[in-house]
Amino acid sequence: MSSFFEYVGQCMPQLLTGLGLTLQMTILSLILAVVIGLVACLFSISKVKPLNWISGIYLSLIRGTPLMVQAFFIYFGITGAMNIRITSFTASIIVLCLNAGAYLSEIFRSGIAAVNKGQMEAARSLGLPYGVAMRKIILPQAIRIVIPSVLNQFIITLKDTSILSVIGCAELMRQGQQIVARNFRSFETYAIIAIMYYIVVVFLTKVFQIIERRLANK
Amino acid sequence: MIKVKVEQLKKSFGSLEVLKGIDLEVKEGEVVCLIGPSGSGKSTFLRCLNRLEETTAGTVIVDDNDITDPKCNINKVRENIGMVFQQFNLFPHLNVLENIMLAPVDRKKMSKEEAKQTAERLLATVGLAEKAAEYPANLSGGQQQRVAIARALAMKPDIMLFDEPTSALDPEMVGEVLEVMKQLARDGMTMIVVTHEMGFAREVADRVIFMDGGYIVEQGTPAEVFGNPQNKRTQDFLNKVL
Repeated sequence: MSSFFEYVGQCMPQLLTGLGLTLQMTILSLILAVVIGLVACLFSISKVKPLNWISGIYLSLIRGTPLMVQAFFIYFGITGAMNIRITSFTASIIVLCLNAGAYLSEIFRSGIAAVNKGQMEAARSLGLPYGVAMRKIILPQAIRIVIPSVLNQFIITLKDTSILSVIGCAELMRQGQQIVARNFRSFETYAIIAIMYYIVVVFLTKVFQIIERRLANK
Repeated sequence: MIKVKVEQLKKSFGSLEVLKGIDLEVKEGEVVCLIGPSGSGKSTFLRCLNRLEETTAGTVIVDDNDITDPKCNINKVRENIGMVFQQFNLFPHLNVLENIMLAPVDRKKMSKEEAKQTAERLLATVGLAEKAAEYPANLSGGQQQRVAIARALAMKPDIMLFDEPTSALDPEMVGEVLEVMKQLARDGMTMIVVTHEMGFAREVADRVIFMDGGYIVEQGTPAEVFGNPQNKRTQDFLNKVL
């Protein structure tokens, strides 16, 4: 057992570097995804038909193709065809935020739909323009409704970062693979990685529970 | 002075024609009660007056603004038309004071301090001064509806629309809401009220309008409509509800 902890100590520096990148990827892509998701959601509930189409096509493309295919397509396919170079980190962020953005837009849409129709009517009857009514009345209520689903999506995105090891992003999973390639200790290494992901997810869940409770108390 | 002028207003939902040509003029300070069986188009008609429903045909002129004109700045017109809903529709994430202050601060660029004073004064007039910091969920239905009235009044509207304001209330709370509305009527507010409260209509209305099947079937003073209804459908309806 003592040798196990010794081993943990040995690989920790490299794994922590990987975890750092994993968290960076997660946070950066989720910030972008929230913006994309909100815009796509507003497009999909807009009365302007072309905006509905844009969000519809976006959503169906993302939903209809696997994350790994999207990653290869963007990192190798598009860059190759257009003769540009981007880092695997940039490609990962693009893939993750497009992915999470699509799913978040659906979550947001359902949240807005769950707010009573009378809220918008009451806001508009006071003379508030659509945008103000959305921002001050509908969205604050929708946010509360969607928090559990948003947390779910955040966790999925966090875990999806591991898939981006396939395009060479040096995140936690990739670092683990490199360690195993050197010493073949796959059981311990992947167990440690699993625990590290698990701890982060549990921490994220706690943070969301606190946010949820804060909002519920108001 | 004419506050509301409606000409040949028609409204369809898909193939269902709900309003089949309504003409109506409402003078300043007049209290008009709309009565009639459910499905007769009363609420739809009321909602056309501030364009919560888009009209299919005809014109609706409110304060000299033709709100059926696509170029009309409807938000500006709505600032002058308060509306009270059957389901109150208070904003649940805001407390009572914030509910009332929101629109005046956002639209009339009123300072927070001034809006707060207005809100507190209005709360006092509806008898809820001590509830300023409460959230809507902690209020009874009757209290919520009185807050909703205060919220509408905070924009200093000169017309108030009421869409069955007491229909969702427990019986013992109907009185407190009607009392606030009566006071409003005495203060000279122009009011259009869709209601099933025949007692209120009889007591407060300057004019009672009976609607059925998308038409105005009969109208007159409460004494005329309730005391001596001319139309057969009005008689049948009144026989059922009185």
